[in-house]
Amino acid sequence: MGAHPHVGAGVLRNEDPQLLTGRAIFVDDVHLAGTLHAAFLRSDFAHGRLLSVDTSAAKRREGVIAVYTAEDLGDYWCHGPLLVPPPPIAGLTFNTATLVPLARDRVVHVGEPIAVVVAESRYIAEDALEDIVVDIEPLPVVVGLEEALAPDSPVIHEALGTNVAAHVVQQKGDYEAARGDAHTVVSRKFSYDRGVAGAIENRGILADWNARNEELTVWDTTQAPIPIRNGLAERLGLLQSQVRVVAPFLGGGFGPKMMMFYPEELLIPWISMRLERPVKWIEDRAESFFATTNERLQLHEAELAVDSEGRILGVKDVFLHDSGAYDPYGITVPINTQCTLLGPYRVPNYYSEFTAVFTNKTIVTPVRGAGRQHGVFVMERLLDFAAKELGIDRVEIRKRNFLTPDEFPHDHEILFQDSAPLVYDSGDYLPAMEKAAEMIGYRKFLDEEQPKARAEGRRLGLGIVSYVEGTGIGPYEGARVSVEPSGKVQLATGVGTQGQGHFTTFAQIVADQLGVDVTDVHVVTGDTREFSWGTGTFASRGIVVAGSACHEAAIVVRKRILSVASEALEAAEDDLELADGVVRVKGSDLSISLGELAVRANPLRGAVAAGAEPGLEATSYFGPARGTTASGVHAMIVEIDPETLEVSIQRYVVVHDCGRLVNPVIVDGQIHGGVAHGIGNAFFEELVYDDQGQLLNASFMDYLLPTATDVPHMEVAHVETPSPLNPLGVKGVGEAGAIPVGALYAQALEDALQGAVEIREIPLSPGRLFDLVQDAEADS
Amino acid sequence: MDRYTTATLRVNGQDLQVVFPTHHTLLEVLREECGLTGTKHGCELGECGTCTVLVDGEPVLSCLALTAEMEGRSIETVEGLQDGNELHPLQAAFADLGAAQCGYCTPGMLMTATALLAENDDPSADEIRTALAGNLCRCTGYHKIIEAVEWAAGVVRGDAGAGPAREVLFGSSVPGEGS
Ligand code: FES
Ligand code: FES
Repeated sequence: MGAHPHVGAGVLRNEDPQLLTGRAIFVDDVHLAGTLHAAFLRSDFAHGRLLSVDTSAAKRREGVIAVYTAEDLGDYWCHGPLLVPPPPIAGLTFNTATLVPLARDRVVHVGEPIAVVVAESRYIAEDALEDIVVDIEPLPVVVGLEEALAPDSPVIHEALGTNVAAHVVQQKGDYEAARGDAHTVVSRKFSYDRGVAGAIENRGILADWNARNEELTVWDTTQAPIPIRNGLAERLGLLQSQVRVVAPFLGGGFGPKMMMFYPEELLIPWISMRLERPVKWIEDRAESFFATTNERLQLHEAELAVDSEGRILGVKDVFLHDSGAYDPYGITVPINTQCTLLGPYRVPNYYSEFTAVFTNKTIVTPVRGAGRQHGVFVMERLLDFAAKELGIDRVEIRKRNFLTPDEFPHDHEILFQDSAPLVYDSGDYLPAMEKAAEMIGYRKFLDEEQPKARAEGRRLGLGIVSYVEGTGIGPYEGARVSVEPSGKVQLATGVGTQGQGHFTTFAQIVADQLGVDVTDVHVVTGDTREFSWGTGTFASRGIVVAGSACHEAAIVVRKRILSVASEALEAAEDDLELADGVVRVKGSDLSISLGELAVRANPLRGAVAAGAEPGLEATSYFGPARGTTASGVHAMIVEIDPETLEVSIQRYVVVHDCGRLVNPVIVDGQIHGGVAHGIGNAFFEELVYDDQGQLLNASFMDYLLPTATDVPHMEVAHVETPSPLNPLGVKGVGEAGAIPVGALYAQALEDALQGAVEIREIPLSPGRLFDLVQDAEADS
Repeated sequence: MDRYTTATLRVNGQDLQVVFPTHHTLLEVLREECGLTGTKHGCELGECGTCTVLVDGEPVLSCLALTAEMEGRSIETVEGLQDGNELHPLQAAFADLGAAQCGYCTPGMLMTATALLAENDDPSADEIRTALAGNLCRCTGYHKIIEAVEWAAGVVRGDAGAGPAREVLFGSSVPGEGS
């Protein structure tokens, strides 16, 4: 099996024994005696002046312990942090409006919290919400993006005097000059709307202030426990060592559970400290639609300039981005759009301009893919239209424009979301495209299957698109590896985990260095008491950044092991080998177990040499200068029912490149889940707001997540282009599957409908398709 | 304040005497009074399937079931699936194929699948999809879950040849590896 028996193998997951038997502890599974329960009163209006809040009746209800409004928070009321400051782009405008813990004089979206009731049970707390009398004077509501920018539009944040959250231009080369040289220019308008993250576990927080030893413990469904710990300590005037944030098992994250400092996240610990009782709040599904961040609409006006062969001369894209009511996450989402649009292609000239706009809707922050979908949709659609206009095959036009391996590292001359230059580290796009075309049977489909089906009155269509994904950004993560006297290895990192298999993949990385079984590496993540430094799990960075830190720490521990063993066995380090939990002198039966070495490294008597550290333990950090670039090609065949326009997916193929695979079973699972999310985004899920900013479908009855009957069987293959930016050669994969699906649907449906419609929007549905077909027929 | 009810519930083959607020659902009583937190919830409105348990062998959404009506009926939860240290074939197949990711929907999936296999020990992939259509999962795309149920069905039937293809077990093929 070579030097790395575990990395690369589909080993069983360490976390499964707990998860499959119901023993794993999630936030709501933590039950503490004497716990109080909180419920939030939320605004029914999307925009209004908050005139008064009368909580007196609620306070009198039996079982209610306390009710708080903004006024009751005193000094604790303030605007939350700007979580991600925008990159230093010349000429950038950025207007900050961060979250407030409870609305004070204005409400700016439906679901914004106004008051919190704490009671002996959740039932009582919710009943008491009805006792609160709120007086809100409704203000005109800002819903549409173009309307928000109209000179007579109401302004959401008066202090800013505008609904512009950000305005950014990034460019390389000279697009206008390139346009002048073009043989063909295709220009179109696009709209791309997204929906909720849809983690099956809603958010939740349990805070327990222990007044006797002055310690605060917070169980939080967060993807980033360390930043939350740091922020809470700062806001509450505590030492970081007095605050422990635990993100135990999480029931999915997908973005909105990041270090958000949601109002509930700030208030529940504060309340626990005041009341000296544990306080729990568990979000319900309706709240998750209003009060958990999501992603939404962008409107693009874009054009692509090509030569007569379909080679890209330049791209221009001007778009509006919905920020929602606040912008605590800076411009991460639209800048991802801007940077991902370039895709795997050689684009010599690029002009990209966006305006992020405040609206009276739920806050927009990254959701699996985080704006990348929008960019991929625009670019892939433009290529399709250009191919059609020039009579070039759609696979061919992509091949002609792919960057080739000798062009890496490739500098796109603009800045990415992490403020680093957008430089692709490595990639090889042609083999992935060829492989995908071969797997889906591209030529055979076009030449035989589709015409045959058409002759029978069936409408079959094929889609094939490619994309890149910036992953694995800094700043850094750390890991501590220690070998214990039991011979088992403890591995602690600071990232949270929400189903990515970190308990296994991190253990695989360490097991390979230390010559132990994966099951002997006990991974701790998401507990600030176990590891104090780091950021969190987002932006497909866990395996790249934390995984590399695990690797580095394990290498240091390996050296220690060999040095202690060399003394114990009286043999040169070069003559030693590590395997099966022991160090052995090569070619002899002389050996010593890791457990015995751990004891020797931490002696009870004798002396530890000056400068030496006790134990077989090391902590390492890994901070990449910039992210790695993963990529892929998706292809699918659909059939459309000519009557109902119902769409069924007949085949779905993914060829993906996330560098070296640590655990192919886990990687495939990440891709499957991403694709399912993308299918939901493209064809099932849509947040429907009315003109008063009311969300009309805030439940799983009305907002449809794809079910087991909607998601097809997927055929997944990999190409491995290792990243040169980390010792493992890995790239991120968590978001990949979700990114190209909208573009893929659009192309496949157009193909099935034989060009009867041009699809420039996502999401679609049978109803929407029907309208598009009707409109196209009326036009012709 | 709350009125309480006392009842004996038969959970995973054991009789449990519980006292609970009369209006509490089976989900709440299992999680709070019985300490069986393996059963999860994603909506408490009957829309996600996460809270599925078996009542007299039938899948039931415990968030909609009133505990007061459960006296004398047999309730099975994820905690009762394994036999001593032996995982149930469904649990084993989920582990072997990587069918759980965050694991939050998993208890509900396992219980729904248990009911399916009790009724039909040789379900087609489509039958499995239909049976699981009420259980939402956001992590897996259902792909490996469906394969795992297919495989477990083979094990339950005692079909010696049951088992996934190599690429199912160890991940999809990597070009150049020669599969
Ligand atoms: S929690 Fe019971 S169906 Fe969702
Ligand atoms: S495994 Fe996470 S929801 Fe299904």
